Amino acid sequence: MAIVKTSNLVKKFGSFTALNGIDLEVQAGEVYGFIGPNGAGKTTTIRVLLGILRATSGQVEIFGKDAWKDAVEIHKRVAYVPGDINLWPNLTGGEVIDFFIRLRGGSGNRREEFIAKFDLDPTKKCRTYSKGNRQKVALVAAFASDADLYVLDEPTSGLDPLMYRVFQEHILQLKQEGKSVFLSSHVLSEVERLCDRISIIRQGEIIESGSLDQLRHLTGTQVEVETAQPMPALHSLAGVHDVRQRDGALVFLVDNEEIGNVLKYISGFDVKRLECAPLTLEDLFMRYYKGGAAGGGGA
Amino acid sequence: MLKGMFTGISKINAFTWRRERINVPVWILSLLSLTFFVALTFPHIYPAEQRQVLAETMKNPAITAMFGIGYGLDNYHYGAIMGHQMSLFTALGAAIMSILLVNRHTRGDEEEGRTEVVGSCPVGRLSGLGATLAVACAANILLALATGIGLYALGLEGIDLPGSLLYGALIGVTGIFFAASTALFAQITATPRGTLSFSFAYLGISYLLRAIGDVSSETLSMLSPLGWVLRSQVYVNNYWWPIFLTLGAAILVGALAFYLNSMRDMGAGFIHARRGRTHAPASLRSPLGLGLRLQRGVFIAWAIGMYVLGASYGSVLGDIDAFFTDNEMMLKMIPGGPAALSEQYIAMIMAALALMSTIPALFMILKIRDEEKKNRAEHLLVRAVPRPAIMLSFLGISVVTGFAVLMLGATGLWSAGLAVLDEPLAFGPIFSAVLAYYPAILGLIGLAAVLVGVAPKAASLIWYYLGYTFITAYFGNLLQLPEWMRKLTPFGFVPQVPVESMGPVAATGLTAVALGLMAIGVIEYSKRDMVN
Ligand SMILES: Nc1ncnc2c1ncn2[C@@H]1O[C@H](COP(=O)(O)OP(=O)(O)OP(=O)(O)O)[C@@H](O)[C@H]1O
Ligand SMILES: [Mg+2]
Repeated sequence: MAIVKTSNLVKKFGSFTALNGIDLEVQAGEVYGFIGPNGAGKTTTIRVLLGILRATSGQVEIFGKDAWKDAVEIHKRVAYVPGDINLWPNLTGGEVIDFFIRLRGGSGNRREEFIAKFDLDPTKKCRTYSKGNRQKVALVAAFASDADLYVLDEPTSGLDPLMYRVFQEHILQLKQEGKSVFLSSHVLSEVERLCDRISIIRQGEIIESGSLDQLRHLTGTQVEVETAQPMPALHSLAGVHDVRQRDGALVFLVDNEEIGNVLKYISGFDVKRLECAPLTLEDLFMRYYKGGAAGGGGA
Repeated sequence: MLKGMFTGISKINAFTWRRERINVPVWILSLLSLTFFVALTFPHIYPAEQRQVLAETMKNPAITAMFGIGYGLDNYHYGAIMGHQMSLFTALGAAIMSILLVNRHTRGDEEEGRTEVVGSCPVGRLSGLGATLAVACAANILLALATGIGLYALGLEGIDLPGSLLYGALIGVTGIFFAASTALFAQITATPRGTLSFSFAYLGISYLLRAIGDVSSETLSMLSPLGWVLRSQVYVNNYWWPIFLTLGAAILVGALAFYLNSMRDMGAGFIHARRGRTHAPASLRSPLGLGLRLQRGVFIAWAIGMYVLGASYGSVLGDIDAFFTDNEMMLKMIPGGPAALSEQYIAMIMAALALMSTIPALFMILKIRDEEKKNRAEHLLVRAVPRPAIMLSFLGISVVTGFAVLMLGATGLWSAGLAVLDEPLAFGPIFSAVLAYYPAILGLIGLAAVLVGVAPKAASLIWYYLGYTFITAYFGNLLQLPEWMRKLTPFGFVPQVPVESMGPVAATGLTAVALGLMAIGVIEYSKRDMVN
């Protein structure tokens, strides 16, 4: 069953179109990564999912219910960690956590466990918390009570590596328990390690989605080759991009459906060394983020 | 020691002006228009032959408590009238402008983290505060000059050049003094709200000290900066010493603020945050619980403030009584006799109490915008809280607050009356007199709710509307404003109890409209995006 499903979601702020026809599907038990450059529309999408903003048009469903109309019903089973966390300066972290747990109507029986795991001092006023500590307050409140869907908007941007590990472990734990997680992030290693599937959003449109392997596959392969004779026509072969020189070798990207032809061509030039590797995540994202001509060779 | 403390001040100064390009001009133009408008109406409402009669009624201690001591009553020309009836309120306007301005750029910026960003640039530790005070002073000087020159240019009898310049200076120097005192409070407290509370409490106390002092004890008045500036006897004797006294005091207070600012950490005050509870109290489990918790301090402060205000007004009731019994001529002059006048005074107090009670009520409903702007409303929204519940909680708190502080004001008036009057006022009539204003307060709350629901970004415009209401309700009689101007606000529909009696139709109608507005507010709030 699809836990989250949007079809043709459009959100406009006045004349500015922040989201332009977003289609998403998050399945039960899946960790779903949502990535894209600054200002792409990640937070806006999440806010529509949570009924904070109202979609201009299109369908938005969570647990098969309408995200705007049935917001209250839906929220009983959703935990959310916002990207930009403002808390009440004169309440303590402990008070805020209790308050959040009570509003959701959960039991919050794992409160102490997570306060300890995240090493949070709950007696301090929120005014005095660092960014990471504010994030911990939101994480503890989200993790301490049961939910079926966790919506996390760049939840780790302020955490130190130790706390980051606690976070990761718990997400994997949730996955094992069959919960769904919707995770927006800029941290590629986090996405790589945790997510089953990802969507890449740019300028309010989903430009690619699938599992990481699929995306890599879709995109292409990085080839590094050293030949005895120069290869004059390499640039002009179909499916070859970004040809560079490196230490006497040529490095370039090949669209996967063209790889056979390209190898055939290369083999005529006395190959001394040949390395093929899937794109690194970084390469992959760079190509998508930058947009324009480089966007997804095979797609 | 001061070397480098003010580096970069001119750039920050220019930037502060840019941020204030709307606010300050609106304030200055509003105060100027009020001043000129009032002055221009004088020849119509006070023809020469009636002015001496008016002067007699102005000896009334009730008037003294409201406006200050009347100087030059034996030759009550337009200058003297202006100095007596308008100077205090215009000075209060300048003080409020200055308090808000200084708070915005000191604690306000600090809370939002803007000071930190600016502070990381090559600027001196005191440049921020310095630029803020420079802008506040410049705004007040501008206001002073424009007021002085403008008044003189109106060419009214008794409004001469030296008097007008002094009049302007009196307004400006009050603004500067309260700018400096706000700068000081901004060092002592750690939040913008704390700074505002202290600053307005200080302004309120200054007003009350002067009110009681002007009626009964010169010393009390001299404890209040508002008492000082009125001693300039503008247009009558034109003393400049109060201006210099206030200016000197402002410099001292400002210097102290600079000193404390240079010593403390950014974001900290001298009142430190204590450690708090590990667990939330049982009451913190709903938007209502949250609202109550967040607003508790404001409510208590206003509850005390309103009681004191009522009591202060009440404390001069004895003097009024004595005044009328002693003054035979007065008795003949006023149709309806002394009872009528003292009732008129009570009606005026009622209006004042009701208007003041509206302020905390509006704070309470506008708090919901504050939560929204700071992205905290979403904490509630994403946790199984229906939107109407949020709005209704804040509305409920607002409605109850308005009622509670209004009643406390009335209780203050009544209990002070007990102490000073031979025949104390009965509580019943006072109670029903203030109650007559409650539907009007509800009306303003309703309007604020509609703004929050329909035009959230414009919600704070309600304060300008309250300002207008203040002027029409409070000065309506005095200035003989046309009826339609008064009817533009809910307060215009309230009969002046006990002088006029309250029709049940008006009260029910006003309440119904108010409830309708609130309903619109709740519905619209539930339908719209959160906007920050
Ligand atoms: N309330 C609003 N009014 C107008 N424009 C908005 C509003 N909220 C967001 N936007 C615009 O919508 C676009 C998407 O913003 P969003 O916050 O969703 O980006 P994001 O992907 O979360 O970026 P980041 O990675 O920086 O968090 C931006 O161009 C932003 O300026
Ligand atoms: Mg974002």
